[in-house]
Amino acid sequence: MNIALVTDQAFEVDRAARTASPLSVRGLTVSYGQTPAIFSVDMTVRAGAMTAIVGPNGAGKSTLLKAALGVVTPLAGSVSVFGQPLAKMRDRIAYVPQRASVDWDFPTRVIDVVMMGLYRQLGLLGRIRAKHRAQAMNCLERVGMTDFATRQIGQLSGGQQQRVFLARALAQDADIYVLDEPFAGVDAATEKAIIAVLKELRDTGRTVLAVHHDLTTVPDYFDDVVLLNTQVVAAGPVVDTFTETNLQAAYGGRLATARVDPESAAG
Amino acid sequence: MLADALLLQLGYNATLVTLGAALLGIAAGVAGTFLFLRKRALVSDAISHATLPGVGIAFILMVAMGGDGRSLFGLLIGASVSAAIGLLCVHWLTKRTRLGEDAAIGAVLSVFFGFGIVILTVIQTMNAGRQAGLEGFLLGSTAGMLRSDALLLAVAAAAVLVLVLVLRRPLELAAFDPGYAEAAGWSLNRIDLSMMGIVLVVTVVGLKIVGLILIVALLIVPAVTARFWTDRSDQVVVIAGIVGGVSGYVGAATSALAPALPTGPIIVLVGFALFLVSLLLSPGRGVLASVLTHWRYQRRVHMRQGLLALAQGQPIYEALTRRLMHRAGLILPDGVATADGQAAAAKALLDETRWSIVRADQSFASAATRYDGLTAIEEYLTPDQVREIDRRIAAPQAAV
Repeated sequence: MNIALVTDQAFEVDRAARTASPLSVRGLTVSYGQTPAIFSVDMTVRAGAMTAIVGPNGAGKSTLLKAALGVVTPLAGSVSVFGQPLAKMRDRIAYVPQRASVDWDFPTRVIDVVMMGLYRQLGLLGRIRAKHRAQAMNCLERVGMTDFATRQIGQLSGGQQQRVFLARALAQDADIYVLDEPFAGVDAATEKAIIAVLKELRDTGRTVLAVHHDLTTVPDYFDDVVLLNTQVVAAGPVVDTFTETNLQAAYGGRLATARVDPESAAG
Repeated sequence: MLADALLLQLGYNATLVTLGAALLGIAAGVAGTFLFLRKRALVSDAISHATLPGVGIAFILMVAMGGDGRSLFGLLIGASVSAAIGLLCVHWLTKRTRLGEDAAIGAVLSVFFGFGIVILTVIQTMNAGRQAGLEGFLLGSTAGMLRSDALLLAVAAAAVLVLVLVLRRPLELAAFDPGYAEAAGWSLNRIDLSMMGIVLVVTVVGLKIVGLILIVALLIVPAVTARFWTDRSDQVVVIAGIVGGVSGYVGAATSALAPALPTGPIIVLVGFALFLVSLLLSPGRGVLASVLTHWRYQRRVHMRQGLLALAQGQPIYEALTRRLMHRAGLILPDGVATADGQAAAAKALLDETRWSIVRADQSFASAATRYDGLTAIEEYLTPDQVREIDRRIAAPQAAV
């Protein structure tokens, strides 16, 4: 009887936390073939905070994001957004995929890519009006890319491409911003610009969740951290969680390499 | 004679065929663009080859039920059903097995086509099959085209255009960034199946004119051609429609000139001619333009290197550099700088020095990314900024 009571209480606490959380996953397992990329991952993202997902190569960081967004189908587990099922809440989430995931020779201009962030709002046939264009230009301004609005996307540098992807997400005006390696292969100026935009989002009450590969900047950039290596090794505020012991547990022998050459931890 | 053909003066049948081919070309160009952008061009080849068993089975069924086996409508229904089955096979093989899409396409295409040929051969031996003319579906045959056939094409083309207009946003999203599309709540599965459905309609109605072997050309060549002329996907769609329409119209009209000219292949050849012209002459992505651009760029690099060498009093070794600079009046044949050459060299060196300051300074980070070793710094910085940099060159300590 006692045991049941304790469990009920724990269940209630857990449910309350999930309802408050902008993005929460329970028991999420994704497998390509027979080896799990992520196994039974529990993660509750704190509202209004910036959370980093950190872990070695092949730890399943990108997979966790994709499964949480329904881009890949999980083998098991559930995702809730503000306590609701994901399917109902897609419009509250903006996703910034890895830059390398698309073909940059695609025939489209910078402004057109940003406009894609408005497609949900426009629907199939909604006319693109001046206010939508202004909205898209405003998003480009926030990432410092207004001069490039009519450029073909193939002419952009890596950092500029990343800014355009961020601008597209901004156009969605979502509550949760989910980014996959936003700082991979970008120049220093872009990194600064992106982190400024993300902090501004957090300071206006949005939630930011990003896969991150540079261990040295985690404490500067993020409030919370999830250390992932197929399973969650540790999760919580950076001050308590981002410790030598936890990092050692997540990275094992690869920790030294990850520190010296952050790029090698990408992916 | 060709003018007569293009002005539709070659009789009723030729006119029907020409108009029908133009409509088919427009529909195929528009529908094919999204296949091309989604990098799934060859799926259409699997679809078209998978129509053949359906055509044969439909014929046998219609004859068995005592009807006319050659009813075009009945044959096309059969073609659609078997093409849809072939398409679902490709879809299933790609999604549920470890086969790549290319292997799935190859397997489905050849198996369905082989099966279709077997059925057609069987039909040849049937009594009713003697004059069936089903082999016309392989390469198209326009001889007996009826008004109702042309109407069917018009309806199908209109349906394709409407569908693409309605679905253009999800189609574009799925082609550019499928992961993002899925995360934003568009069902990738449904988008892809709609796209394939549209392509299936085009393929099936195109069987009569172009035939199943060549329809893939009509779907892909216009899109590839259009890509040479624009960097915007909405314009690619429109241009591909025009290229497809022109290919169909001109090709069909030309083939009406002589009885021995096959319509489908001529249409494809006209499309290919348009492609070839675009490949060579398009201003942005054409072969000629890239050769010229590369050549001009190489000359600029040589000039710049030569000027920097002059400014630093180094000899110029490369023959091309010397020739270019001599022709520009910057050096004498023996390599000694003229007055012009000295001025230009000094300017180049100053520019390079200014750039080195800009590139070392974080506050100029955005200008620094523009550095290409060639462009003068004044193009990116205001005169005030340039003066500021010159001040730092004059007093190096101040820069620290």
